[in-house]
Amino acid sequence: MDTMRERFAAVTSRLLDEDPRLAVVLADIGVDGFADAARRHPERVVNVGIREQLLVGVGGGLALAGLRPVLHTFASFLVERPFEQLKLDFGHQGTGGVLVSAGASYDWPSGGFTHMAPGDVALLDTLDDWTVHVPGHPDEAETLLREAAAAGDDKVYVRLSVQVNEVPRPVGGAGFDTVREGRRGVVVAVGPMLDNVLAATEGLDVTVLYATTVRPFDGRALRAAAGAAGSSDVVLVEPYLAGTSTRHANDALADRPHRVLGLGVGRRELRRYGQLAEHLAAHGLDPQGLRARITGFLGA
Amino acid sequence: MIRLMTTTATEPTAAGSLPGSRGFDELPRLMGLMTGDEKHGPAATSTLDALWVLYDQVLRVSPATAADPDRDRFLLSKGHGPMAYYAVLAAKGFFPTDWLPGFGTYDSPLGHHPDRMLVPGVEIGSGSLGHGLPLAVGTALGLRAQGRTGPAVWVLIGDAELDEGSNHEALAFAGPAGLDRLHTLVIDNSSATHGWRGGIASRFEAAGWSAATVDGRDHRALYEAFRTPHPGRPHAVVARVEPKAPTRQPAPARAA
Repeated sequence: MDTMRERFAAVTSRLLDEDPRLAVVLADIGVDGFADAARRHPERVVNVGIREQLLVGVGGGLALAGLRPVLHTFASFLVERPFEQLKLDFGHQGTGGVLVSAGASYDWPSGGFTHMAPGDVALLDTLDDWTVHVPGHPDEAETLLREAAAAGDDKVYVRLSVQVNEVPRPVGGAGFDTVREGRRGVVVAVGPMLDNVLAATEGLDVTVLYATTVRPFDGRALRAAAGAAGSSDVVLVEPYLAGTSTRHANDALADRPHRVLGLGVGRRELRRYGQLAEHLAAHGLDPQGLRARITGFLGA
Repeated sequence: MIRLMTTTATEPTAAGSLPGSRGFDELPRLMGLMTGDEKHGPAATSTLDALWVLYDQVLRVSPATAADPDRDRFLLSKGHGPMAYYAVLAAKGFFPTDWLPGFGTYDSPLGHHPDRMLVPGVEIGSGSLGHGLPLAVGTALGLRAQGRTGPAVWVLIGDAELDEGSNHEALAFAGPAGLDRLHTLVIDNSSATHGWRGGIASRFEAAGWSAATVDGRDHRALYEAFRTPHPGRPHAVVARVEPKAPTRQPAPARAA
């Protein structure tokens, strides 16, 4: 199977053929995937070199000129390094664009902390009106990327990852999807965390919701699931910083007594290299770690 | 040098109300209508002559064409001290001169840094330094990608603003990219703390730009520098004006 990044390059290259308004901006990362597209559309595939402030500024300028920019690099260099550019060169100018990141929280563990961006979604949460997609499979990534490209002048972030679920699920629209129904609580699995959540909750009497579009947060679906389960105990399992969506879950359940446990990547720097599976386990996001914390919280 | 007059805001308007009917001589009075940002006074007057020559003789944009995709774009990157900018836009009819006295107040669209969502004719919201040139590069790329080879893109930065690294990312890219519709106007009032040894123009020239350095108070020299042909290359005009402060603080001595 192809990776989400390979799918991104293939799909976006096709979209460049179809939509004259689309333009791709790169900063030396992911350039090979767009080599053919750059030959076909030299004016709409721009590589600015290793210059991430310019990457975002150019994207903002393309939007001011009426194009739909798609910006791509590692999450740490797309969201964290040029964060003020995201704040001012899109939102403040009243324009939008599509940010597509790779690398996620620890896609390249042997690359170390400099290439890890568990805080990307939390950072975007400080800004107004960004849509955030977190696909769990290359097929889902394709659907969400097409949706993002066609979303007018919206500001959209698509977070690609190496970690994937075994099978794709229908995505699109904005709502959370019900995967399992139970009565002891609601577990929300975000994107690539679904397989581990399903394994962790095997045999437990809990509802599992699947979320790929996390902003806007589908509070209505969470409320409905809590109502159907007869329990307002909620566990969020996110592939980025733990607790990133806890506020949204609390807001969704503000009209009733509730409890929320936010699971995800810890803040503490591990200073470890190794493999993805080792980092998942270290942050308690492998099936065993998740099951222990979910059962402990729900008493299930 | 333009001396700001401090006439009262109630002085009757001498010129007619037709857009574009006001001249350069009226700008000091228009600037005098704005109060409350004296801290940025030197920053405001440093740009006045260059802005006027651009809007009066160079830029192909007017209130009637402010939304035309083929208009020339002027991006004020150095958003500090926008009084001269507002005065020129008002003089050219982009918005009524009676907006000027509200400068900086809660109900006014005219802030101490401009906002494109609030002010007709303003192409970018600025104030944080170092955003305009990258945005201008993107705008020039976007126009080129749409086959719009007519519009020129101008961006104004300050010599101290050039400290921001984002400018250097942009100017190093724009030369090799051959963005010949891109123009940078650098207002040099010697306010960069560590100066620019070798001159500001040399930074642009080294990156493949055409560059000219002129007296920023000489309208004819400004006009000629603005209209200098620069085929295949972006163009920078460094407009030198009187220093912001009479004496620059010496750089602190460093241990060897």
